[in-house]
Amino acid sequence: MNWRLWFPIAAFTGFLAVAAYSLSQPKDDFVRSAMIGEKLPYFELPSAVEGRPSVTSANFADGRPRLLNIWASWCLPCIAEAPQLAELERRGADIVGIAIRDKPEDIAAFLDEHGNPYSSIGRDDVSEVQLGIGSSGVPETFVIDGDGVITYQHIGDVRAPDVPVLLEELRKAGA
Amino acid sequence: MIAELGLAALWLAAALAFLQMVAGALALRTGPDGEIAQISRPSAVVQGTLALVSFLALLYVFAVTDLSVELVAANSHSMKPWIYKVSGAWGNHEGSMLLWVTVMALSGALIALVEKRLPERTMQATLAAQGFVALGFYAFLLLSSNPFARLEPAAAEGLGLNPLLQDIGLALHPPTLYLGYVGLSVAFSFAVGALITREVTPDFARVMRPWVLVAWVFLTLGITAGSYWAYYELGWGGWWFWDPVENASLMPWLAATALLHSVSVLASRDALRVWTIMLGVVAFSMSMVGTFLVRSGILTSVHAFAVDPERGTFILFLLAIYIGGALLLFALRASTIAEGKRFAVASREGALVVNNVMLSAILAIVLLGTLYPLLTEAFDVRVSVGPPYFNPVSAIFAIPMFAIMAVGPLLRWRRDRWGRIGKEVVLIGALLIAGLTAIGLLADIAFLPLLGLAFALTLGIASFLPLRGRRLLKTPLATWGMVIAHFGIAVALFGMASESAFSTERLAALQAGQDTTVGPWRVRLAAVEPQAGPNWTALAGRMVVRYEGDAPVEIAPMARSFWAPAQQTTESELVTRWNGQLYAVLGGEAQDGRWQIRLWWKPFVTFIWYGGGLIALGGVLSLIGRVVGDIKRRRVRRRVDERREDAEAFA
Repeated sequence: MNWRLWFPIAAFTGFLAVAAYSLSQPKDDFVRSAMIGEKLPYFELPSAVEGRPSVTSANFADGRPRLLNIWASWCLPCIAEAPQLAELERRGADIVGIAIRDKPEDIAAFLDEHGNPYSSIGRDDVSEVQLGIGSSGVPETFVIDGDGVITYQHIGDVRAPDVPVLLEELRKAGA
Repeated sequence: MIAELGLAALWLAAALAFLQMVAGALALRTGPDGEIAQISRPSAVVQGTLALVSFLALLYVFAVTDLSVELVAANSHSMKPWIYKVSGAWGNHEGSMLLWVTVMALSGALIALVEKRLPERTMQATLAAQGFVALGFYAFLLLSSNPFARLEPAAAEGLGLNPLLQDIGLALHPPTLYLGYVGLSVAFSFAVGALITREVTPDFARVMRPWVLVAWVFLTLGITAGSYWAYYELGWGGWWFWDPVENASLMPWLAATALLHSVSVLASRDALRVWTIMLGVVAFSMSMVGTFLVRSGILTSVHAFAVDPERGTFILFLLAIYIGGALLLFALRASTIAEGKRFAVASREGALVVNNVMLSAILAIVLLGTLYPLLTEAFDVRVSVGPPYFNPVSAIFAIPMFAIMAVGPLLRWRRDRWGRIGKEVVLIGALLIAGLTAIGLLADIAFLPLLGLAFALTLGIASFLPLRGRRLLKTPLATWGMVIAHFGIAVALFGMASESAFSTERLAALQAGQDTTVGPWRVRLAAVEPQAGPNWTALAGRMVVRYEGDAPVEIAPMARSFWAPAQQTTESELVTRWNGQLYAVLGGEAQDGRWQIRLWWKPFVTFIWYGGGLIALGGVLSLIGRVVGDIKRRRVRRRVDERREDAEAFA
């Protein structure tokens, strides 16, 4: 018996287990993060759009709660959530974007194609801020209160039912 | 009436698939001369006919827009152009699955009718496996996705076809991919058959090879066409997004490419027996994993038009039975398959093994990147893996593979000395270094595109080296096939690298009458006008574009609004020159009466798809060469047999 011959079926069984598990799970977006309740770490990011202000952690501590959206022009779910972000902006949310490992021309193209709901966008070329605030993927949306404290984390694309949830979280954060 | 006929034919076909499976399996015990063994081949033939009848019935109900059939009502519309009515038959989940089983059943019928080279026992096992696989798909169709279900009362009007899918390229895209998947399913059945009887021989490889080639040609065409579709239909200007669905079509291609090369080693040199069987299973499993990822909707994708978790469960179930079963069989049996012939590292086989390892590594990388979000989601973390991962990581393995591709075909089978092909290796090395230096000095471009361009240049020339010293007309078609396919890789690589290195983009907000430039092009927005089609209205931006001193050309990219279902699409417009494409998209209207225009100048981007076409052409040539060779050999064998019989009769 050659034990190496069992590798393929072992790997395949692993795949089956993960696939079966994710099929059995209702898509649940409720996630608790270790960073909730913590202050934003210090950061200063250059603006992703020419002629706009840079994005720093100090901006967040001015008394106004905001949404912090982690996204990228290369990320497909980010296209899917664009209409919902536009809706949030229309309903008064101030959204700060952080573009992860992205290029200014790609960002410009994305914003042109899918709209720009952001009041400002920072460029995080090495995922520095992303890791600092405990985000492991793109897209993610955080609620930051007026003191710069993270109060809520939404993982994955923002879908239509998430819009009122995020608005409510913003309200709770003092909007 | 026609719909019921189709459904009845489908049930009967399923029954025959069952019969084929049982008869083939029993024949393994009773031996190939027993009565039961006489059943499998005819059942395969009749099953194929019935499946075809069923599919024709579906085409008919779509052609006449029979709105009392649920599937037609949900996916068609009486006002849709005729060609899209018919193609609508497979532009949905149920119809595309029916197309799949039809092609699969027809392939089964074909091997049952003509394939006489394998030992009959292996053939019976193969037909049993083929029946088993088909049965699962019939069950899937009949139990959870009946395409002929009636709607009571009949709908007054259909709900239309997804406008993104209303496109001639897309009418052909799914059938092309399915032909590829089905070819792999036949290869899978052969692999399982040979595994059961342990007869993994060069004959087996020769029988399997045409099916792998067919699958590979169609997969190549499918990927090429799909990439072009995404390029001009989605209006994002890119040609590959590493989207899960694109990866789902790439993974079987990678596996099939590896299989194609290893099956050649097995056919010519009787080596790599176990590895070939393994790849036969993996290639088909990749096509099923791909189908599962697309259909189950567990990954977010731009292609999310056929998502249904219940169906996902069914496909996963089939996947578990077929692939799990085959891999279990593999684990139990593979060690009892006699070892094939050995070979030196510096040999054609050696180069092909390196090629196989690299292809498998890229396959693993793509698979991992595609499944990673699934894996993290099991821990409640959602991520999207994009080009920053796929591009550099797959390049790590693709680049040594290109080097091997240039040198490998020059080596002899079994054992060779590097010294014998020293001149060629030096030439290839010199070309590569010259390319890197020249392009690196002349153009300021990123490292990967630079490598891509240099390798494209080297490979483009090296791919023709195997023809040196040969009489071109006497060279076998299969060799020509290899040369052209490898040259196609070089051409496509050149297109990709050039697109990524030299593309220029212009975003402009123009009033009618204003102009702008992109690369060597001058573009004037003449006017924005409303237009109407059979089931859409649109705003068309009429533009006059001029390449340097050439005559101006008029184009009109559109933003279309469909009304059934209500949806917006951008219709980009392309101007193709020999040295690239101008790509124009009309965006929204700005507040001050200006229009957003996006323009790209993409030098040599078309070479990506020309290359894909060449690769497929190489496959076709090789296929013709192999099949014609087989037929000739068969004729000779028959004649020899006849003479021997005559001689015996005389004696």
